[in-house]
Amino acid sequence: MENTRWLWPCLLTALVVTCLMSVSIGPLQISPSASFSAVINWATHFEIGSVAPHEQLVIDNVRLPRTLLALAVGAVLAQCGAVMQGLFRNPLADPGIIGVSSGAALGAAICIVLFPQGGEYAVAVSAFLAGLVTTLVVYRLASSPTGTSVVLLLLSGVAVAALAGAGIGLLTYMADDMALRDLTLWQLGSIAGAQWHYVVLTLIALALVSWQFNRSAKALNALLLGEAEARHLGLDVDKLKLKLIVLCAIGVGISVAATGIIGFIGLVVPHLVRMLVGPDHKQLLPLSAMLGAALLALADIGARAIVAPSELPVGLVTALLGAPFFIVLLLKQRSKLV
Amino acid sequence: MKQTSQSQSQSSVIEVNHLSVRIGHKPVLTDINLTIQAGEVTALLGPNGAGKSTLLKSLCQEVAAETGQVKVHGQELKKWDRSQLAKSLAVLPQHASLTFPFKVEQVVEMGLYPLTLSQRQGEQLIDLQLDRLDLTALKHRSYPTLSGGEKQRVQLARVLTQLAQSDKPAILFLDEPTSALDLAQQHRVLKLARSLAHENNYAVVVVLHDLNQASRYADRLIVLEQGKIVSDGAPAAALTPETIRQVWKYDPIVVMEPGKQTPLLF
Repeated sequence: MENTRWLWPCLLTALVVTCLMSVSIGPLQISPSASFSAVINWATHFEIGSVAPHEQLVIDNVRLPRTLLALAVGAVLAQCGAVMQGLFRNPLADPGIIGVSSGAALGAAICIVLFPQGGEYAVAVSAFLAGLVTTLVVYRLASSPTGTSVVLLLLSGVAVAALAGAGIGLLTYMADDMALRDLTLWQLGSIAGAQWHYVVLTLIALALVSWQFNRSAKALNALLLGEAEARHLGLDVDKLKLKLIVLCAIGVGISVAATGIIGFIGLVVPHLVRMLVGPDHKQLLPLSAMLGAALLALADIGARAIVAPSELPVGLVTALLGAPFFIVLLLKQRSKLV
Repeated sequence: MKQTSQSQSQSSVIEVNHLSVRIGHKPVLTDINLTIQAGEVTALLGPNGAGKSTLLKSLCQEVAAETGQVKVHGQELKKWDRSQLAKSLAVLPQHASLTFPFKVEQVVEMGLYPLTLSQRQGEQLIDLQLDRLDLTALKHRSYPTLSGGEKQRVQLARVLTQLAQSDKPAILFLDEPTSALDLAQQHRVLKLARSLAHENNYAVVVVLHDLNQASRYADRLIVLEQGKIVSDGAPAAALTPETIRQVWKYDPIVVMEPGKQTPLLF
C-alpha cells in the first residue's frame, strides 16, 4: 500500500489540530497559544507561557478531560466498528450489532427510571453491566456445539435489540418528566461534564482493545476469506470470534457507560478508511482509531459551538452529520453493493 | 521447495479408517477406508450427492466424523495443532466468498500467515507464486473485480504459498477447481496439480466432475456412490463402462486414447 502513506501524517496533524481547537473553543474563549501552554503546564507542572489561572482551571477540569474522552471514545468505537464489520464480513455492520448498545441503553433506562436516587455512577455501571450481559446472551444464542454462526449472531443481535427497545419503551411510558428528560439525553450521548475517572477508564479500554485488535489484524484479514478458509490457514476461528466479541463488548460498554450512545462513528469511520486504504486490518485499525478520535472530538466542538452558550448532545451531531454522509456513500457505491 | 522424485516417496500421508459421516439424520458417508499417497493425484468422482465433497471436507475437519478416524501424517486429525497442520495441508475452496476489495497480492500474502518467513523471503515467495500462475500483471488489481477464473487462480496462488514451507510431503485439496475456468485454464490448473504431485511430491486430492479430465490427469480414481467407495484404482481399471453404468446410470461410449492407457468416455 505504497500510495497511502500520506494518510498517517495527515491524520496525525488533524488529530493535533482538533485537540488544540477542542481545548480553546467554548463559552470561555482561550487563545490557541495559551491553550497549548496550559496543556503543557498540566502535563509537566512547568509554568510556561501566560495562562490566566481561571483559564488553566477551565482547561484542567473541563476541556482536557472532555477532549481526551472524545478522543478515546471515538477511537474505541471506530476500531470496534472495524472489527465487527470484519467479523460479520459485512461493511455495514456496527459495533452495536452484538447487542451491547441496546443492552446498555436498557440498563441505563432501568437505573434512570426505577432508581432515580442512584445517581450518575449507578447509571454508568448498570449500562456497562447490562451491555456485557446482553452481548453474552446474544453470543450464547448463536452458539451451538458445532460453532458460532455469524448469521445467527446477527439475527439474535437484532432480536435482543428489539426486546431491549420494547423494555425501554415500557420504561419511557412509566417515567416521570424528569426521568424522561434524563433518559432521552442519555440516549443521545454527550461528552459534556466529562470526569477524569471516566477518562482514565476509557483510555484503559482504548489501550486494551487497540493492543488486542492489532494483534488480531492478520487473523481478521484471513476471516474475510471465509470461516472455513481461515480455519485452513491455521486459525482457531471460534476462539477468535469470542475474543473479539468480548473485547468489543468491553470497549463499547465502557464508552457507552461514559458518554451514552454515540452513533455513526463506528459505522462510518471504518467504511471511510477502507475506501482510502483498502480493507487490510493492519492499516485499517490504527487509521480508524485516529480518524474516529479526530471526528468525535470535532463533533464535540460542533456540539458546543453550534448553539453556544448552550450545547447539543454530541450523539445528535454525529447522527446529523453522519447519516447524510453515509447516505451519500451508499448512493455512490450502490452499484457495487447490489 | 523440495524436489523429490516420484519413485522414492510412495508414502501414505492420510489414512482413513471406518469413517462415517451424517449430516442431519442423513448418512452421507458410510464406513470409508482408504489411504492417500504422496506423489500422486487422487481424484474423487461420483454423481451429485455421492459424498465427494463431504469426504474431502471430513479429511480437513470442515465436517465432523460420526465414527471412525482420519490420520494425517500419522497423527489423528483432531489432535493436530491447527497452525502446524496449516503448513502441510491446504484447501482450495470451491467458492471464494471474499467481497472486500483486497488487492491480488494481499490475498496471496494471506498464505504466508501460518509460515515463519522474513518479510523479504515472503515477498519473493509471493512473486514466485504470482508468476507461476500468470498473475503478475494482476498483482495490484482489486480481487472482487476479477473474473471467476482469475479469482480461482489467485486463491490457488494463496494456497500454494501456504504450503511452501512444509517439512513433510504437502497435502493439497482441490474442491472442483475447474468449475469456474474455461477449457484452456482447466487443463492448466490440472497440469499444475499433476506436476506438484510428480515433481514436488505433493499429495493432491481433487474433486472432479469431468471423468475424462480425471482419467487424464489423476494417477488414481476413487468413485463414490451413495457414501460408499465402489471403485478405486488407476484410471483404466477404476472407470470401466460397467462402473459408469452402475454409478451414473449412463451408458457411455469408451474409446482408449491411442497409444495410452487412458479411457476416453463419451
